Amino acid sequence: MRLLTGLSFFILFVSGCAIEPWVQPYERANLADPIMSFSRDSVSSSYRKHVFEAREGARGGEGSQGGGCGCN
Amino acid sequence: MVVKVVRVVVVVATKSTTFFLFGLVAILSTPVFSAVLPDDRADVLFHSYQGGGMDISGPSVLVRKGDAKSFSVYANYYVDNITSASIDVQALGASEYKEERIEQSVGMDILHGKAIMSLGFTNSEENDFVSDSYHFGVSVDMFGDLTTVSMGFSNVQDQIFKTITSSDGSKIRDPGFSEKAVRRYYRLGLSQVVTKNFLLSLNFESISDEGYLNNPYRQYRFVNGAADQFNTEVYPRTRTSNAFSIQALYYLPYRAAIHYQQRVFSDDWGIEANDSKVGYIHPFNDNFMVEFRYRLYAQTRADFYSDLHAEESSQALDFRARDKELSTLNSTTLGLVMSYEFAKSGWSFIDKASINLAYDYMQFEYEDFRDARASRDDPGLVGNEPTYQFSANVLQLFLSIWY
Repeated sequence: MRLLTGLSFFILFVSGCAIEPWVQPYERANLADPIMSFSRDSVSSSYRKHVFEAREGARGGEGSQGGGCGCN
Repeated sequence: MVVKVVRVVVVVATKSTTFFLFGLVAILSTPVFSAVLPDDRADVLFHSYQGGGMDISGPSVLVRKGDAKSFSVYANYYVDNITSASIDVQALGASEYKEERIEQSVGMDILHGKAIMSLGFTNSEENDFVSDSYHFGVSVDMFGDLTTVSMGFSNVQDQIFKTITSSDGSKIRDPGFSEKAVRRYYRLGLSQVVTKNFLLSLNFESISDEGYLNNPYRQYRFVNGAADQFNTEVYPRTRTSNAFSIQALYYLPYRAAIHYQQRVFSDDWGIEANDSKVGYIHPFNDNFMVEFRYRLYAQTRADFYSDLHAEESSQALDFRARDKELSTLNSTTLGLVMSYEFAKSGWSFIDKASINLAYDYMQFEYEDFRDARASRDDPGLVGNEPTYQFSANVLQLFLSIWY
């Protein structure tokens, strides 16, 4: 019970002290540009990854996230 | 970095007031934001790989559709039409072969608060290989949407067969050969908005394999008197690898971007690899865009790899490999991508569309994989053949439609 009470105070503390974004939403125009994407065209990038992995010993570790800031 | 959030609320069912309050606090303290699902989009791609005696081409069709609020589903149909007379085929005196690989995937992304949960299934079939994969992933946006944390898991089950020529000349599966392998992929990722012009992404992936991990057609070479002889490769039945990459994207003072990636890789077979990628993307106006990209890759050989082993394997743990993919090698890739967007103000049900052409020139150089074809007519050359190298041209032409 003491643990849960402490956890409740911790959650309230963290939510009350949320990190202030240092890049505001109105400053994200460049990040939202399609050229700022780690993987603009997934159909193409997955094929290219397949070409390399079939001919090299290394594999994985390149992530699957897309690019951009997701603020559109 | 697609902003996705999983709001995980642990509701503790209990009669205790403390437990109830804890659950209430956890719910009320969870910020509610809107996350973004992938665009509704269809891609039709034609791919072609030519190099090293191999010609591989085919289509890939990817369609994605969602309700823009809570879910998005996708399906991918991919084909490899393979014609191969590679050095591996020729060195063993075999003739050119043709085969087809069909890969089909379906999946779903489910949006909840700031989290997106992804589920997927992939089936890949060839006449001598069947693979089924299940994928699961979660990504969560946090810290004012500046950070995305993601994790994922895939389970892959392979069935490996062997094609032989029957007495009437037709190709059939060898009834005496059937093997299995299981692969498990564990992924962790972090994407970070560093400044209003700078994105950073860190990714880690650990892969463990268990089962029959070699190619049943590949053979190793060993010294037999004054000549060489080939025999079926003997691989370990387990493999564990770890890879880590850092990716950066920077928006230049004018409308253009540069990207960079550095990856390091190692496994318990003794392979260590690293690669670097750099690229420059330059839109010329609202419609036309060009990307230049350059990649360098290098790896060391597996502990049990040799171009010419001193002696034949004597038991199951006496590993022998001569796969050039496990040798000491380096590769260089130079690429160009051109994209043209049209129908940007919409046409019928289409919001916009683009036509894209990507070309990559690849050069592979092997340090300790020799061209064994050179000594087939001259046994005195065994072990002193020239090291192998080849180049490849990789082409992609694709049409994308957003709707």
